[in-house]
Amino acid sequence: MADGHNKEIDALSGVETTGHEWDGLKELNNPLPRWWLYLFYATCVWAFAYWIIYPAWPLVSGYTRGVLGISQRADAIAAYEAGMAERAETGQALINASLDEIQSNPQLLEFAMASGQAAFGDNCAPCHGSGATGAVGYPNLQDDKWIWGGSIDDLHQTIRFGIRSGHDEARIGDMPAFGRDGILDKQQVDQVASYVATLAGIEPEAGVDVAAGETVFAENCAACHGDDGKGLQELGAPDLTAPNYLYGKSLEAIKAQVTNARNGVMPNWEGRLDPATVKSLAVYVHSLGGGQ
Amino acid sequence: MEEGFFATFLIVLAFACIIIAGKTYDQVMGFHTTIGALFAAVGAFIIFKNYFNDGGIAIPQEIEGKPNYNLGPIKFGAWAAVFWGVAGFTVGLIIALQLAYPVLNFDLPYTNFGRLRPLHTSAVIFAFGGNVLLATSFYVVQRTSRARMPGRIAPWFVILGYNAFIVIAGTGYLFGATQSKEYAEPEWYADLWLTIVWVVYLLVFLGTLWKRKEPHIYVANWFYLAFIVTIAMLHIVNNLTIPVSVFGTKSYIVWSGVQDAMVQWWYGHNAVGFFLTAGFLAIMYYFIPKRAERPVYSYRLSIIHFWALIFLYIWAGPHHLHYTALPQWASTLGATFSIMLWMPSWGGMINGLMTLSGAWDKLRTDPVLRMMVVSVAFYGMSTFEGPLMSLRSVNSLSHYTDWTIGHVHSGALGWVGYVSFGALYCLIPWLWNKKQVYSLKLVNWHFWISTIGIVLYITAMWVSGIMQGLMWRAYDQLGFLEYSFIETVEAMHPFYVIRALGGVLFVAGSLIMAYNLIMTVRRGEAAEIEAAPSGAVAPAE
Repeated sequence: MADGHNKEIDALSGVETTGHEWDGLKELNNPLPRWWLYLFYATCVWAFAYWIIYPAWPLVSGYTRGVLGISQRADAIAAYEAGMAERAETGQALINASLDEIQSNPQLLEFAMASGQAAFGDNCAPCHGSGATGAVGYPNLQDDKWIWGGSIDDLHQTIRFGIRSGHDEARIGDMPAFGRDGILDKQQVDQVASYVATLAGIEPEAGVDVAAGETVFAENCAACHGDDGKGLQELGAPDLTAPNYLYGKSLEAIKAQVTNARNGVMPNWEGRLDPATVKSLAVYVHSLGGGQ
Repeated sequence: MEEGFFATFLIVLAFACIIIAGKTYDQVMGFHTTIGALFAAVGAFIIFKNYFNDGGIAIPQEIEGKPNYNLGPIKFGAWAAVFWGVAGFTVGLIIALQLAYPVLNFDLPYTNFGRLRPLHTSAVIFAFGGNVLLATSFYVVQRTSRARMPGRIAPWFVILGYNAFIVIAGTGYLFGATQSKEYAEPEWYADLWLTIVWVVYLLVFLGTLWKRKEPHIYVANWFYLAFIVTIAMLHIVNNLTIPVSVFGTKSYIVWSGVQDAMVQWWYGHNAVGFFLTAGFLAIMYYFIPKRAERPVYSYRLSIIHFWALIFLYIWAGPHHLHYTALPQWASTLGATFSIMLWMPSWGGMINGLMTLSGAWDKLRTDPVLRMMVVSVAFYGMSTFEGPLMSLRSVNSLSHYTDWTIGHVHSGALGWVGYVSFGALYCLIPWLWNKKQVYSLKLVNWHFWISTIGIVLYITAMWVSGIMQGLMWRAYDQLGFLEYSFIETVEAMHPFYVIRALGGVLFVAGSLIMAYNLIMTVRRGEAAEIEAAPSGAVAPAE
């Protein structure tokens, strides 16, 4: 039975044990390491100092506010207001100036480009890509093919109100689901798809009557996409002779689009971003290379 | 009596499960109650079978004057730990690869990062870590009390019931049943079941201490007891939910808003403090002195750092919620207690490392001891880094970045992983009465491969995290953000690949361990009398 009477000196360290033993395990009676103890005291002193200076302890109602009256919330609000005030002057100038004026004023242009690039990265890049080159379903903003127009005013309007966004002034153009809704039968879909393929420079499907497809096109598609298939920006009907196809450039993709008609949505940024930022985005996107 | 109680309980449970399974509108609930009914019925059957085989005669508490330790549940827990460990590390590797290569999500709900991530964290913390804690605590409390655990069924109920909880929780995540509370994802019925298991665990542990033949309670047992009691409290308070219906999995937590966040991180931080720190310190306090055959360095330090750790840890949770809706005073209070926690945490490190004094030469020859000592070093590093990151100014850079992930894994892989591996390398030969682990050479391989893995992992996450934090806060001269979020994600890709490589090495190490432990049981050389070393203070000469 091990107890306090069995204290012994550990031969290796020369330190006394506590006399307890469990399953062969013993303990040395070493004191607390001094450096450890003093560091512990130091952290406690530090904590007490912190409690005096900063808001720290809850009270029955409210809390101890600290001697320096530091408030994280007030600091954050002040920093936000200072930042906004700093930008307000240029921001207001941006709101007041027309888009053309911004583009011809180097100072405003620099500010708009910086603001536009930052806003693009966090708001537009998730769909259009951080290089703005787009992806299937999301237009490339680097080229000069525009579905809804590439002038800076067109871009501004698209960004402000969005496309099929639900906003009252949104750009709206709905392609019917010709196949799904039974407007065209399967054979007609195949025919018109093969005709469109010829416009796009893709090989039409073997054994499909392309001439019949041209007739289907003239009767169903030309109203929006034009007789020559070059599209109509007022209606958001894409140019079918262009190299970029929004929903994929292949016979299968064309058939899928004629059948089910995806009508993609872009959000309205007015109401989500402030007017100066929306203008900056128009300037930035216009500068990407495809602006008209 | 005990048999009757557990058998009745399991039969009632089986019927309850069958009734719910019959009336449920929820496929996951149907699946889980089917499993529950099956487990409960099999459990009741085994109790009856054993009772009728031996007529329920009392098991001798001592054989030839030596305590008749109950080793069966410990053996099961040790192997469960090995199995869940390898599984949990592998899932970790998969999600690390998913972060580097998102295509590996396979566009399936079951393999989605969002479901696999809690599977990984629960598998490594609760399945691997939990089984290591259950197995070692049953072993340590019996040996240091010189008493057999009370109950024939209760210890088995604890270890099997706990693993049943793991199965329910893990499959629940995969099928989408979750409370969405980090480290507390299992839904209400799994939580209830765990509560029952945990109370029985507490009773078995306390019962063993009650029966002890030693005048004092060994330090490891203080830490185990603190772990068991505090986890019970944390688990219950953080999981107070109201089920939508007993026939469905969904429930709503009673806390709301910032109170819910505070309770969640009071739980989350103390799960780290009492599960991953106190519990594993208990392992350290038994296995390091045992393996080193040296007395614990300082009894006084163990008392002071134990009580300081217990008292201070419970306050530190708010440092997870800096710069949120949490009031500033709560956040300050949490940070200051985190700073005061630094030395109490290091008390365990000092006691672990200084116990080696006079036995440092063993690190050259014993890779198992080396693993445990390195684990204590990782513990010291993590518990220094933690208070640092709890400061608001540091936290404003580190929070939400990979730095946190790196910090957690230096503690998880380095400290919890290594001290557990060390304990398993000791425990399995002892349980099967083998002289030594099958191959110390393989332990050495495990040690080095995993160490390189850990270093790759945490350095990659430090660099990636600090870079990420700096990119997020970078402004251009006009006051606009320099980088978009996507650019910061792109920049992290190489580090995600390095991290996954670290994961490959860590998983490889754990497979070596699993092989080595299996071979220990199958081929290990039998020990002569008692496998566990005497631990007597022997002069080096």
